[in-house]
Amino acid sequence: MDLTAASSASAERRLLVGAVLLPAAAFGLLHLGRDVTLLGRDTLVRMGVLLAGAIVLHLVVRRLAPRADPVLLPLAVLLNGLGLVMVHRIDLGRTPPTSLATSQATWTIVGIVVAVATLVVVRSHRDLTRYHYTIGFVTLVLLLLPLLPVIGQRINGAQLWVDFSRLGVPVGFQPGELAKIGLVIFLAGYLERKRALLSVATNRIGPLMLPETRHLGPVLLASGLSLAIVVFQRDLGSGLLFFGVSVTMLYIATGRIAYVLIGSMTFLLGAVLAWWQFGHVRDRVAIWLDPWSSINDAGWQLAQASFALGTGGLTGTGLGLGRPTDIPFVETDAIFAAIGEELGLLGATALIVVYVLMVARGYRIALNATDQVGSLLAAGLTTVLGLQVFVIIGGVTRLVPFTGITLPFVSYGGSSLVANYILLALLLRVSDDANTERGART
Amino acid sequence: MNGQIRRVALVMMVVFAALLVNLNILQLVRGPDLVDNPANRRVLVAQYGIERGPMLVDDAEVARSVETDDDLEYQREYPEPELYAHVTGYDSFVQGRTGLEETYNDALMGAPSEMLAQNLTELLIGRDARGNTLRLTVDPRVQEAARTALADRTGAVVAIEPGTGRVLAAYANPTYDPNRLSSHDGGAVQDAWEELRLDPDLPLLDRSTRVLYPPGSVFKIVVAAAALEQGLQPETAFDNIESYTPPGTERAITNSGGGTCTDDETITLARALAVSCNTVFAKLAVDLGDDVVIDTAQRLGFNRAIPYDLPVASSAIPTEMADPALAQSAIGQRDVRMTAFHAAMTAATIANAGRAQRPFVVADVRSPSGRLVQGPADGVWREAGFSEQAISARTASQLRDMMIGVVDQGTGGPAQIGGSEVGGKTGTADDPNLEGSIAWFAGFAGNDIAVAVVLPDVEGGGGSLAAPVAREVMLAWLEQ
Repeated sequence: MDLTAASSASAERRLLVGAVLLPAAAFGLLHLGRDVTLLGRDTLVRMGVLLAGAIVLHLVVRRLAPRADPVLLPLAVLLNGLGLVMVHRIDLGRTPPTSLATSQATWTIVGIVVAVATLVVVRSHRDLTRYHYTIGFVTLVLLLLPLLPVIGQRINGAQLWVDFSRLGVPVGFQPGELAKIGLVIFLAGYLERKRALLSVATNRIGPLMLPETRHLGPVLLASGLSLAIVVFQRDLGSGLLFFGVSVTMLYIATGRIAYVLIGSMTFLLGAVLAWWQFGHVRDRVAIWLDPWSSINDAGWQLAQASFALGTGGLTGTGLGLGRPTDIPFVETDAIFAAIGEELGLLGATALIVVYVLMVARGYRIALNATDQVGSLLAAGLTTVLGLQVFVIIGGVTRLVPFTGITLPFVSYGGSSLVANYILLALLLRVSDDANTERGART
Repeated sequence: MNGQIRRVALVMMVVFAALLVNLNILQLVRGPDLVDNPANRRVLVAQYGIERGPMLVDDAEVARSVETDDDLEYQREYPEPELYAHVTGYDSFVQGRTGLEETYNDALMGAPSEMLAQNLTELLIGRDARGNTLRLTVDPRVQEAARTALADRTGAVVAIEPGTGRVLAAYANPTYDPNRLSSHDGGAVQDAWEELRLDPDLPLLDRSTRVLYPPGSVFKIVVAAAALEQGLQPETAFDNIESYTPPGTERAITNSGGGTCTDDETITLARALAVSCNTVFAKLAVDLGDDVVIDTAQRLGFNRAIPYDLPVASSAIPTEMADPALAQSAIGQRDVRMTAFHAAMTAATIANAGRAQRPFVVADVRSPSGRLVQGPADGVWREAGFSEQAISARTASQLRDMMIGVVDQGTGGPAQIGGSEVGGKTGTADDPNLEGSIAWFAGFAGNDIAVAVVLPDVEGGGGSLAAPVAREVMLAWLEQ
């Protein structure tokens, strides 16, 4: 990754052309499939947003992080563009048609602005990790916000939303999306300091070397926090995500597989307890194992997602020609099933490959980082992205129990889109820092 | 630390590989099953997005598709629901299809090759796909006459044109309203279906083609045909016996009402048929032997699947019978069973000089533009191992005259039509499961129409109850 600033900029520029053209072509196909008009005004506006956003972000990245990885941004823009197409397609499938895509385009602008702001404010990743305790505290507050009386909102059974409309401000968001990033920053900073301490193994249980009991605190805290999310916010997906990221970062920092095993055991124990104690957890597992017996109520969404994917087959029905709107919450939870139905196994595989590239690129940045906190930060952020993709796609395809979280950059939803743009900006920042330092050293 | 990151990255790649493998299984391996799952509306929506072709009786639609405003674009509608229900069947997105809706589904949806060609042009002129039209052979007046004559009695009427095999009427009562099942209100369809299914009168059951009844004396036609084929003549005389006890049993067969069939000492074959003489026919069958009787029955269509546009239950006779069973079967009891449809075909075969024509109810299949897609499934009933001539022309001619005798001077009197050569055979069978008897008439009017009527569970005989129904149905055709 010893790309010069100029060659990075040129590579990113060329990749961005494809990243914008592909959604544009998809928009065209969608319109042909639906109503034989090639483009509508709304579509032109949305493509304009994507193109302008891509250009602005590209220029800002190349100015503020000139040596940053040139592949991540185009991949994110591509996913964002495909998301706009799919959300628009879902709009068209509803009677009367909805206009979620307009709102998604607006959130795209917000996301890009926030990404720019992140790059402007965070000039070095150490700017963030320096304040890891503060950020950790803010993360905790963010997680607790939805549980507060006036502003906390329960939507579709999960207590994830904060809505200020009752206070006169018509804004709602899911703080959990931002909390994921906060958690990674906190852990990166914390683990960098405590790394040496946590790595010392003094206790031995069979073949496992364990650190002193009091140093188990953080891992137990992480598991506990994750379980608390599952229990109090009724959000299995985020719980799994928080836990997975915490344990992964602990492992990366200490190299002690014991953390992974003990963490997994406590989480599993907690999960069994949750299964035993809470109906919603039990239901999720039952639906995962067999959606067919409850196809008319609880299993409906998963069954419909399976139908969509199965009907899509190898090549899909073609954009605009399937029936993804049969799936409840298709624009958020199940947008992957919509893609699998209309673009087929080929399109869905291509999408997964895009995520694989992003994740591979992310770990590459982590490996390339010149300081431990940068490695931890990049690896943590990448793990958040990868795990989220796995949990939602695995859920929709019934590889793992289904939990309603978003498909990064693609699903409809402002909080998620903004959070993922921040994640992108931070990865780019770590990448630029590393390449700049390496460049300076040689 | 980099070693750990590499390991984590590796685990993540394995996890993504698992996603891809699972996705392949779901979309490719399990895909076809998921497509066919009844709860997957996609296939339904595609099916009901096609304007299914209509069914016509004399240019009037008896089944047609109408546009809806729900997501299943077209709905089936039956303008004469009860009259044609057992022919058209229903097309229900919940319960599937029956009748011609089922057997001609591909044609009504538009055959795949047809659809492709059609779609290219349809695409250009911007119209939806339409299926083909079925023109039915049923004559509305004959069909209506069957309904009127049966009134509210349980039973079935089948009328066939002997020379062609064309089905002029096929009506069974009770019947049902297929519109209730073709509705797009799934709950209402489910309720209607449950109600129809649990109805003790079994309105969904097509008694003209799907129910096997003991044919009673109608089966004597078969025994008579076997005798004539063996060289016996209508004038051949038999002892006019009061009762007949076949070898191997103590149970005697007697005549209805007791005594001999006529006052004479002997009785001719023709006369025995006319008065439906049980003793003579039972003994005759035993004398002929089971192989001869069974062979003739099979040549006339017993134990064979009748080729028809709708499924017909196969009339049945055991492939070998001891004398007591044979004697009972000769008078249409015990082990022989017959559909009304087959009885009409048998009468038509006799009226058509011994040649059985393939029955058909679909006259042709035409594309929306009027082009002939498929003609009728007509012609002589050809089947390996069977001669095209079910019985010889001579046998058929003699039997035909004998059956005219049944109507002129025998039990079939109520079927008489002035100025027309009406022949037939009555039957009154007992079924231990029924309180009443099963009244039959199978006959013809010249070479114009062959009719079979069955009235299960009535108080009375074939002559008094079934023959008048046949007469009405024949008249409706002859008067045109």
